[in-house]
Amino acid sequence: MEQYALIMRHEDGLKVASPEQIQVWMEQTMNWIGNIAAQNKFVSGTGLLFADAKIVKTQGNKPVVINGPFGDIKETIGGLIIVKADSFEEAVEFAKSSPVLQGEGNSVEVRRISSKDGVH
Amino acid sequence: MEQQELIPHLFRTEFSKIVTVLCKLIGFEHIDIAEDIASDTFLSAFENWTYKSIPGNPTAWLYTVAKNKAKNHLARNQLFTKKISAELKATTPIAEEFEMDMSEENIKDGQLRMLFAICHPSIPQEAQIGLALRILCGFGIDEIADAFLVNKETINKRLSRAKEKLRAEKVELGYPTGKEMLNRLQTVLTTLYLLFNEGYYSESNDAVVREELCSEAMRLMGLLLHNKETDLPMVNALYALMCFHSSRFAARKDSNGEIILYDEQDESLWNEALITEGAFHINKAAQGNQLSKYHLEAGIAYWHTIKADSKEKWENILQLYNHLLQVEYSPVAALNRTYALAKARGNTIAITEAEKLQLKTNHYYFTLLGELYKEKDSAKAKKQFEQAFSLAKTKADKQVIQKKIDSL
Repeated sequence: MEQYALIMRHEDGLKVASPEQIQVWMEQTMNWIGNIAAQNKFVSGTGLLFADAKIVKTQGNKPVVINGPFGDIKETIGGLIIVKADSFEEAVEFAKSSPVLQGEGNSVEVRRISSKDGVH
Repeated sequence: MEQQELIPHLFRTEFSKIVTVLCKLIGFEHIDIAEDIASDTFLSAFENWTYKSIPGNPTAWLYTVAKNKAKNHLARNQLFTKKISAELKATTPIAEEFEMDMSEENIKDGQLRMLFAICHPSIPQEAQIGLALRILCGFGIDEIADAFLVNKETINKRLSRAKEKLRAEKVELGYPTGKEMLNRLQTVLTTLYLLFNEGYYSESNDAVVREELCSEAMRLMGLLLHNKETDLPMVNALYALMCFHSSRFAARKDSNGEIILYDEQDESLWNEALITEGAFHINKAAQGNQLSKYHLEAGIAYWHTIKADSKEKWENILQLYNHLLQVEYSPVAALNRTYALAKARGNTIAITEAEKLQLKTNHYYFTLLGELYKEKDSAKAKKQFEQAFSLAKTKADKQVIQKKIDSL
């Protein structure tokens, strides 16, 4: 069994949701994670907060700090979870049921985590 | 007749006190001697009281006899005398000075130290539970063997090996401090949690022993709650969990000892006082920002003390299970979570998730699937229950499943 990162991307992180909507999303996400955890396939989850986010960029060979998670594009990462899966296919199946996909244009990127065997 | 009942009762409560106080005096490494002296004391009581009469203050009698036996032992055993004289820095003959402080305060302090000494990570969990039952709860070897459904020989070996190990590790009767204390507290809580579960879910037919395991676990939790340093949110959470569970003791078995499932329990038999006590401790547990698995389990148990179904109830239970599974996976939690999912979101969604659980050797898994299919497709439900029946090991489980098949 290997570990995979499911990275959730929002196409437009600037869209404002109502508190009601946020609560629905939260519940859906918790149930999604619960479904995975009930199969003993959940490893960890990390929510990424928008508040006070900064971007550090190179400009003219120097790091420049910009406010906000959004640079020139509005796309942003909402969070990531790490799961265990027997195959890439299984990890993709977990990704398919992510509630983040209810938003048009949003995506979940599935990446295998390099194991510490020195080969990958 | 009277004596015959009096002595086992006293043995239970006084054995632990005598052993603990003696150990505080002579050192944890001499625990076998302390046990021998305590056992000897009860033997004397049996011999004397049976043929004469019970003294007016049996407890005081026991303490005096225990003290004299300890003195004699010290006087007799040279090696021991040297050791003790060095420790007590006594110049006059040790046997004259030997006093046992049997005040409640000293006993409680000793028992708490003993609890921490026994729950040492160097010995296996089952040995920790066994030692706790023997030394802190005064259980006899056969009672412990009954509770674990193994023979006396196994228990004897397990306990002496564990004591050997604790001696080798030079474990002392003291509290660990700071971070070490928090680490050890985790082990203590796990041990008491398992001790309680042993009683609550035990397959042993002896209902009295089962309830005593639970009440002893709660009594030892009380030692932690009464000590400022260990009266922590996590400790309160576990205690609340125990209160909520034991509130249903009377309702979970019928007069034949058969298990009555939660849905069919007569809630008028639930113990309101314990539910209230649990609520008090779950509130205390909410202080601070620590959220242990005991908090989550206590939360789940709390919602179960409200019998009426509501969306709110099952949504809360579902979210608590979602969280619990992230902290610590267990097949039982996965199955219960799926049941909560069915209650909150309907059977269809729950069936989809249940089928992904991969618990095909677990009879509860098939019982759950049977329940979920019951309304939709009784033929399919029957198949699931039959599968569960063939996997179930105990008579009690098979009975419960057979009833479900019959009622389809």
